[in-house]
Amino acid sequence: MTETLLDLRGLTKAYPGVIANSDVSFRIGVGEVHALLGENGAGKSTLVKMIYGLVKPDAGQMTLRGAPYAPAEPRAARADGIAMVFQHFSLFEALTVAENVALGMEKPPKLRDLARRIREVSETYGLPLDPERVVGDLSAGERQRVEIIRCLLQDPKLLIMDEPTSVLTPQEVDILFQTLRKLAAEGTSILYISHKLEEIRALCDTATILRLGRVVGTCTPRETTARAMAEMMVGTTLKTPTPRDHALGNVALFVTGLSVASPGAFGTSLKNIQLMLRQGEVMGIGGVAGNGQDELLGALSGEIRSAPDAIRLAGQPVGHLGPNQRRALGLLAAPEERLGHAAAPDMSLTENALLTGAVRKGLERRGFLDWAKARSFAEDIIRTFDVRTPGPGNAARSLSGGNLQKFVIGREVLQAPKVLVVNQPTWGVDAAAAAAIRQALLDLAAEGAAVLVISQDLDELMEIAGQFAALNEGRLSDIRQTAGLSIDEIGLMMGGAHGMEVAHV
Amino acid sequence: MIRLEKRPQPSRFWTAATPVVAVLATMVAGGILFAALGKDPFVAIRTIFWDPLFNEQFAAFSRPQLLVKAGPLILIAIGLSLGFRAGIWNIGAEGQYIMGAICGAGVALAFYPLQAWWLFPMMVMAGALGGWAWAMIPAILRTRFNTNEILVSLLLVYVAENILASMSLGLLRNPQGSGFPGSRNLQQYPSAANPELIAGTGMHWGIVAAFIAVIFAYVLLSRHIMGFNIQLAGQAPRAARFAGVSPARLVIFCLGLSGALAGMAGLFEVAGPAGQITIDFNVGYGFTAIIVAFLGRLQPIGILLAGLLMALTYIGGELSQFMLGLPAAAIQAFQGMLLFFLLAGDFLINYRIRVGRTAVV
Repeated sequence: MTETLLDLRGLTKAYPGVIANSDVSFRIGVGEVHALLGENGAGKSTLVKMIYGLVKPDAGQMTLRGAPYAPAEPRAARADGIAMVFQHFSLFEALTVAENVALGMEKPPKLRDLARRIREVSETYGLPLDPERVVGDLSAGERQRVEIIRCLLQDPKLLIMDEPTSVLTPQEVDILFQTLRKLAAEGTSILYISHKLEEIRALCDTATILRLGRVVGTCTPRETTARAMAEMMVGTTLKTPTPRDHALGNVALFVTGLSVASPGAFGTSLKNIQLMLRQGEVMGIGGVAGNGQDELLGALSGEIRSAPDAIRLAGQPVGHLGPNQRRALGLLAAPEERLGHAAAPDMSLTENALLTGAVRKGLERRGFLDWAKARSFAEDIIRTFDVRTPGPGNAARSLSGGNLQKFVIGREVLQAPKVLVVNQPTWGVDAAAAAAIRQALLDLAAEGAAVLVISQDLDELMEIAGQFAALNEGRLSDIRQTAGLSIDEIGLMMGGAHGMEVAHV
Repeated sequence: MIRLEKRPQPSRFWTAATPVVAVLATMVAGGILFAALGKDPFVAIRTIFWDPLFNEQFAAFSRPQLLVKAGPLILIAIGLSLGFRAGIWNIGAEGQYIMGAICGAGVALAFYPLQAWWLFPMMVMAGALGGWAWAMIPAILRTRFNTNEILVSLLLVYVAENILASMSLGLLRNPQGSGFPGSRNLQQYPSAANPELIAGTGMHWGIVAAFIAVIFAYVLLSRHIMGFNIQLAGQAPRAARFAGVSPARLVIFCLGLSGALAGMAGLFEVAGPAGQITIDFNVGYGFTAIIVAFLGRLQPIGILLAGLLMALTYIGGELSQFMLGLPAAAIQAFQGMLLFFLLAGDFLINYRIRVGRTAVV
């Protein structure tokens, strides 16, 4: 297939202080699965937003099937046959699948006809979906199917998929890939955005690699090693975190029969969680997003209270204690959402250091705050964890995602926790920062702390965790040694394919 | 084309400059308004901002009024600002002000005509307690039943007004007042009176309390964990829970404190400048204090200045009604403009305006 569908020439887009894209050119052929590869902040999102009409380029042209193409808005892009599945879904939880699909259409047909069309498309592409179901009850994988079907109903020529597998189990990923291959075989082009190299090698025909807004390479993924692609993406050779040999100590954290209701209406309640964590141990908790990860972190941090005996810290019941009382005892946590949960966006780094550090770092005496000490604690975090910022007086929101994450993890690590619970420690973080964070967690364990890592990045868990368990609908699977665990087994622990089936090709 | 761009950091310059810009913009827009009403805008603006303080004829009377009016505004606004920073909206300070006045005056009238040094401090306590108790109603309803404190506290203002009317016609009515509504005049009851402390300045105990409240709030916000938690809860509620802040306790604290301060303001007013409980005792300080709190950027020092400025527009407004025949509604519109320009100016703290092209090449 050599016929060109979309041709990008010299696309440039600058935001204040950053050049998101600089002179980006490449072609997408008809029926081609084209990967757009790059780290967070490499400019992938800006590029697809330009193709989808959400952002106007400062310079450069696009041609679609030889004709000039400059969509003023997403509606124009859709009219030209371009559809996009976003990383974050835009669905109304209280409405049904069919109603959600109808809301995204220019001229929606009657709901009954639409439901029939949804069923047809879902059967053709092996994405079973009941149009009558309420979206709030669907799993993340099923919600993604709603988005995909919403796109397929428009009969697109180019389907853009932004990090589609971050919310899927390995089995669900397989099925998605079969669907995408079938679409490609029918002549639909796919622009596939990801930083997961093995997936790209399995699926894509061509890859364009972006770094700091520029195209730094093009390759045929099937013929290129993952390492070579990673090094093109990062620009340097990568250092893999190394665990240090050390003996495991006494039981640090013991959770038994932990059941708590989710505080949110569409959250997942935890059901009878059991786990045991020794000093010096790193345990990984995998699972698809929305299966109780936030709730588990909340129950362990003290934001959600439980029965006193459900959580024991070195033998002492702590389930009924609040976050600061647990911190005093050595149980620390770092939530997934950096802005607004782990850190207050508009507050300075000094204030954010105080946010969790007040108790253990002695930044507060009889209610009065020691700002000088808080500032030096913040400076300590910035120095030790190489946080790139002009100084501790800067607002948390002015930091890039990776830098803020280093700050958040560093803030907890430097408080010398006995047990540290982290959720998605490297989500949206560039490879170098991710490696530094993982190394810090391993070092912490080597010094005798117990570390619980909740993550959706299976590679990360395999790399640093000695034990593995998965969350599925609020239940925790059996705990297994990481060594010798196959991807298939992990997938089954995560809940298998959630009722998906393979496309009838 | 004009575009808005979010700043990576809040602008320090605009944080300081917006109140000044807002006052200047209000003068310009207000001047246009006054000109449209057929008055000389320069004379009108001068009458509002300059004459109350420096005009030879009026200043002797109106200068002390500045503190008399600013005192309760500052005292109430300080309390409100703490809640507003935490995202807890007490709109019913007017009601708490009334209840504080009734409770404080009630204590005085119960002991009438006893002369004792402890009577006035006890009245202050009773006033604070009255305002606190009235604010506890929305606080408990919110923490127990998750009702909206904005509505409950606001509606309780009208309940308080009816209690005030009933009190001045019934229980607290002056037995020697030949049947007129209203209580005894506390200014003529030395142990209960809140007199002018320095002649010709308007300074009374309420103003002293307001200054103490400013210092207290400043220390609380900048040095104490409670102040930090208040700001954290307002900016990032999830982060506040993560930091171990209990939302219910914060609601009780903020509503309770603002209620107590409003109650105290009521007591100082009834024992001082007003002198007695009457049907029309309350003149809207509780509502105006909301504007003062925002005009002062919810900062204690800002509120001090904003309270003085607001008091000035009140006194100047009255003066211009009297001197130039400006309608009262025009003065209110003028005060409204001040808040409007301030909130509009706030936008510039977090956003910058870019004028330029965005065309595709």
